[in-house]
Amino acid sequence: MGKKSIILMLSALLALAVMPGCGEEKKAEPVAEAPKAAPAVKAAPAAPQTIKIGGIFSVTGGASYLGDPEKKSMEMAVAEINAAGGIDGAMVEAFIYDDEGDPSKAVLHAKRLIERDSVVAIVGPSLTPTSMAIIPDVERVQIPLISCAAGNGIVLPVKPFVFKTAQSDIHAVESIYIYMQEKGIKSVGLLCVDDGFGQSGHEQLVKQAANFGISVVADESFSSSDTDMTAQLTKIRTQRPDAVICWGVGPSPAVVARNAKQLQLPMPLFMSHGVASRKFIELAGDAAEDILFPTGKILVTGLLSDDDPQKAVLQNYTEKYQARFNEPVSGFGGYAWDAMELLARALPGTGGDKAKLRDNLENLSGVVAVSGTFNFSAEDHNGLGADAFIMVRIKGGAWELAQ
Amino acid sequence: MKPILRNILVYGAFIGVVAAYGLLEKSTYYLQLATFVGLNTLLAVGLNMLMGYAGQISLGHAAFYGLGAYVSGMLTVHLGWSPWATLPCALFAAGAVAYVVGLPTLRLTGYYLAMGTLGFGMIVNILFREFRRFTGGPSGLPGLPELTIGSINLSHGANALFLVWGCVIVAFFICERIVDSRMGRALRAIHYSERAAAAVGVNTASAKLAIFVFAAVIAALAGFLYAHMITFISPSTFNFLASVKLVAMVVIGGMASIWGSLLGASLLTLLPDFLHVFAEYEMIIYGLILMLVMIFFPEGLFKNLVKLYERAKNR
Repeated sequence: MGKKSIILMLSALLALAVMPGCGEEKKAEPVAEAPKAAPAVKAAPAAPQTIKIGGIFSVTGGASYLGDPEKKSMEMAVAEINAAGGIDGAMVEAFIYDDEGDPSKAVLHAKRLIERDSVVAIVGPSLTPTSMAIIPDVERVQIPLISCAAGNGIVLPVKPFVFKTAQSDIHAVESIYIYMQEKGIKSVGLLCVDDGFGQSGHEQLVKQAANFGISVVADESFSSSDTDMTAQLTKIRTQRPDAVICWGVGPSPAVVARNAKQLQLPMPLFMSHGVASRKFIELAGDAAEDILFPTGKILVTGLLSDDDPQKAVLQNYTEKYQARFNEPVSGFGGYAWDAMELLARALPGTGGDKAKLRDNLENLSGVVAVSGTFNFSAEDHNGLGADAFIMVRIKGGAWELAQ
Repeated sequence: MKPILRNILVYGAFIGVVAAYGLLEKSTYYLQLATFVGLNTLLAVGLNMLMGYAGQISLGHAAFYGLGAYVSGMLTVHLGWSPWATLPCALFAAGAVAYVVGLPTLRLTGYYLAMGTLGFGMIVNILFREFRRFTGGPSGLPGLPELTIGSINLSHGANALFLVWGCVIVAFFICERIVDSRMGRALRAIHYSERAAAAVGVNTASAKLAIFVFAAVIAALAGFLYAHMITFISPSTFNFLASVKLVAMVVIGGMASIWGSLLGASLLTLLPDFLHVFAEYEMIIYGLILMLVMIFFPEGLFKNLVKLYERAKNR
């Protein structure tokens, strides 16, 4: 092999190296009216006294679909708090960094926030591994962390300074199984993605099945970069389960949906809350039809009955987000929005005391927010219940409440 | 100046800089950043021995980094071993895997070797993800113990920095000895032409295998240090992209240049951090800098900087 071709190959690799999320997923489309955001977003003009809050999100890379709306929502929440006069008269200042989904970067950013930016609390990171990586540091210096990641390991076992706003898959699985029980579904075939999201979901699906009289008759997995899941689906079909549950997030569940349609899978297909976005319907096209999944209520705000306590909060967030960023809302941004909402309630009177802030957070209850109603306690630092989810069905390229 | 004296001076200055930084820098953020630079330097210098000197490309080097981290992580978390007891196991495991994998793989050349090592790296990463019971799966393995000697904690701040950079300095020293030895000459001969090397009596297969195992052991050491410093490991740290970044560090810093590894690792670790100022344009500027380096310094930063220096001196 000539020297030239080696150089060519190395250059191609270099090109790869500079793209943090290559080969994983297409980046979120740029927003038309994205505000010029400095890495440390100074949401407030330099006021004499400010409350500094840190944010770590996976704004670029494979998880940008999470980090991007989270960052925007946090900026929006900060602007809103400041417009309303700040907290105890002090303006809130946000320092937001991008970890690109890399745990080492998250650790560095956490250190930087704690030390150089002297923040009183940290919102994020977006992913379970990045959150887990910074927890030892956060616990050591005793600074409140409100993670936006889904993994149960973040708050189980409870760590004094670690909270999270993202709905837990414990409740997502619960709501699927409750629905299945009503419909008389007795056996399921599982198809889970082999990342943290799929792993956590898989554990819950297997663990809770017996409680609802459901047996798991097939158990397959796929990788988030796979482009064909026909083999796994065929294998599941031979076991003749009453329903198939696919647990994944990003573009791969859409592949599962299309493969299932090609195979004319006779049983209903359930998915996780990971497909709760318009993007999924776009990617899966016709194949998305009749797929059932649990979702945070934000997806179906308009369909909720007026006596739903969350409806007003959801409408408020949706309108503001769409007006500001000119793009559809997702539940992901809501995690960061809720984290700010919780902080805004817990911060007054603390005077920047992190231990007091932590105590206030733990004592919050009945906070109606985008992701659900938060009732924190010393035993529960997620604070949500099964009512954070609602079952929906895709019909004609839109969602409808599953009855 | 005699080479030996010059070497003592260079190492003395190097140790002096590290010691001064560790003692004077109080911010744990900058200490952590410097520690990451050290870890990446360790990885890059090992890979450089393989790529730069022996001319064998590896696109799966992060797998050995991960093996070091996971072997130690699993033994400490599941069996409660002391991290120090797991260190030899981690190094041996990585070395043994490198030996077994290297036997068939190093018979390949060029693209095929690249593909072979790439496949190996991906397989190891899949194993980290799928052996959930032991590795914790994609969510990672939390709760690793920190490194301590008596009451001294070596996982934080300046102590971690000294530990990692101490390893870097020792690795540099060993690498320089290898390069100047019969082995090093054999490797360079292989790089230039494997057939010619074989014709003059170099056992090319065993030389390549030996340096592959050496690079793997160095990477495993870095993995061990990383695992007990962060006290949490997840497969995404050791994926294909991490391997590519290591290759980039070697190429940018300079192939077949031990000190170039230091430059490459420093640049690729520190640059993104300084470029945060540019926000959305960060990635574009980062890419642009790497591109310019490759266009104007095709032999890597170190060699070209030395050339520039000598040209200036001769003027």
